Amino acid sequence: MIKLFSLKQQKKDGESVPSSSTSGQKKSSPAQLRVMKDLNELNLPKTCSTEFPDPDDLLNFKLIISPDEGFYKGGKFAFNFKVGANYPHEPPKVKCETQVYHPNIDLEGNVCLNILREDWKPVLTINSIVYGLQYLFLEPNPEDPLNKEAADVLQSNKRLFESNVLKAMRGGYVGNVYFERCLK
Amino acid sequence: MGSKAGDSVDIPPERHAHVRKLLERPGPFTHPEFEPSKEAFDGFSSIVRVLIVGAGGLGCELLKNLSLLGVKQLHVIDMDTIDISNLNRQFLFRMTDVGSSKSETASKFINGRVQGAQVVAHHCKIQDKDSEFYRSFHVIVCGLDSIVARRWLNSMVCSLVEYNEDGSVKEETLIPIIDGGTEGFKGNARVIMPTMSPCIECTLDLYPPQVNFPLCTIANTPRLPEHCIEYVRILQWPKDNPFETETAIDGDDPNHINWIYEKSLERASQFGITGVTYRLTQGVVKRIIPAVASTNAVIAAACATEVFKLATSCSIPMDNYMVFSDVEGIYTYTYKAEKKENCIACSRSVTTLEFPLEVTLQRVIDYLKEDPDYQMKSPGVTAIVNGRNKTLFTHVIEQTKANLSKKMTELGIINNEVITVADETTPVARDFKITYKDAGMES
Repeated sequence: MIKLFSLKQQKKDGESVPSSSTSGQKKSSPAQLRVMKDLNELNLPKTCSTEFPDPDDLLNFKLIISPDEGFYKGGKFAFNFKVGANYPHEPPKVKCETQVYHPNIDLEGNVCLNILREDWKPVLTINSIVYGLQYLFLEPNPEDPLNKEAADVLQSNKRLFESNVLKAMRGGYVGNVYFERCLK
Repeated sequence: MGSKAGDSVDIPPERHAHVRKLLERPGPFTHPEFEPSKEAFDGFSSIVRVLIVGAGGLGCELLKNLSLLGVKQLHVIDMDTIDISNLNRQFLFRMTDVGSSKSETASKFINGRVQGAQVVAHHCKIQDKDSEFYRSFHVIVCGLDSIVARRWLNSMVCSLVEYNEDGSVKEETLIPIIDGGTEGFKGNARVIMPTMSPCIECTLDLYPPQVNFPLCTIANTPRLPEHCIEYVRILQWPKDNPFETETAIDGDDPNHINWIYEKSLERASQFGITGVTYRLTQGVVKRIIPAVASTNAVIAAACATEVFKLATSCSIPMDNYMVFSDVEGIYTYTYKAEKKENCIACSRSVTTLEFPLEVTLQRVIDYLKEDPDYQMKSPGVTAIVNGRNKTLFTHVIEQTKANLSKKMTELGIINNEVITVADETTPVARDFKITYKDAGMES
């Protein structure tokens, strides 16, 4: 252990130890550094792309998923990512901006994906979330519903679910809910 | 400050007779370089500048401990105001203080009560102060309740560390952080020597994750009163917008809590769930963990002792992490947490790269890819230009490709500016200082 400071060395208001040129500058926050690393290593499947409304703001961006198989083939779904100052201790906030008829996404855009809430761990990355979201479109899970009606239909009548999804993606009513067109 | 205790009044030496004994005599536990002397106490008392971060449960204890210990140059920073629920343990505050600034009220109390005390209050966010402010202290003690605030302060203090030409640390730029934390009957105290012992970011994984219920449980199969409150907070609030559109929930606004409480009650009765109360609602919304005065006292005492040890060398400081629990019996254990290699906050060294003044971003990136020391694959580059984050290049953002052909100077990277580079070949983003040949005069 070194002796940190002798009492002779004084620090007074305003006159601190002179600093070298680099240390007066603002520093990137740990969350910023981590998200930069995550983003730069994004390995997007060909069905996904990102959009940065402000390229200098890496904490807010969109992910566009265009599934090429499954119920949602041909659709185009946008997710808004908000990365907070406590990333990666806390997960980013992710909302679906496209209205979608899906058991695990409600009509307000809330997404029920375990790694976005209860199973988030700091070792996970933005990429993990991208794969998680992509998986939701390939394998909608009626066991943990957020849109209960859609989940019930998927469980009881797969055909009807399929046609409802298509109806919603083409733009139109499913039951009494109107969906905007989101086909590519 | 303007208190009747008066700065000029001489404090009788017997006041600190017992503290003086520790500084005037040698002992088996003193630091090897410790020299006992009659003057040591006065030096400690008048010269050492300590910053207390947070004037809440731990902060009140720390202010009391350190001012009575004789530390005259105490500063305290807190952005919060006093709430009635603080009064059971934040003993520097009274009923009439509810609504006033915590830091100002606490320092006024101490200055009026402790002879010679000159506590300076800063009623603001820690983020409002710059590096010069933090640099002016010998020791920083934290009594915070937020991980974000800890991380910010930690990375600020770590960034103050400077290095000699040979890569060794300039000791005078190291500012130890003593971090205290409590949660109910459990607490911890730790000593952080930036770059030498593990920092907050090194051990970030040790913080327990926030309790989050699965969204589908909240939405469809609630079983607990908490599920009902979370339903209203997460799903119903943004839908109903009960106050003004897009108003975020303010846990300190009784109208907000009341609305959530009433809606939660409704939902609970739909599902036959009992136990939703106003207090529980407030607790869930604000994520309150009940605070216990005695735990605060134990942890603050441990922290104050470490300040004294570091400031006087009269004993070897704690190495480096003490946990305390009196949930069942009393348990305490001190262990040596390990530094994280490549820590994002405390292991950041800056490498200097020299380029001709005309260099383009593309050329810098090629250099990082081709140089045998780096051999990066697909570096992404950011910098802070004029105090704002700027993304110079990353292959995931199409718009940044236009920057590649521009000169670094055109992009705002002046001589000695630092760029941050992320690449899959390095576990964390690295910093590089860019200097230009024959640009010594420029800055």
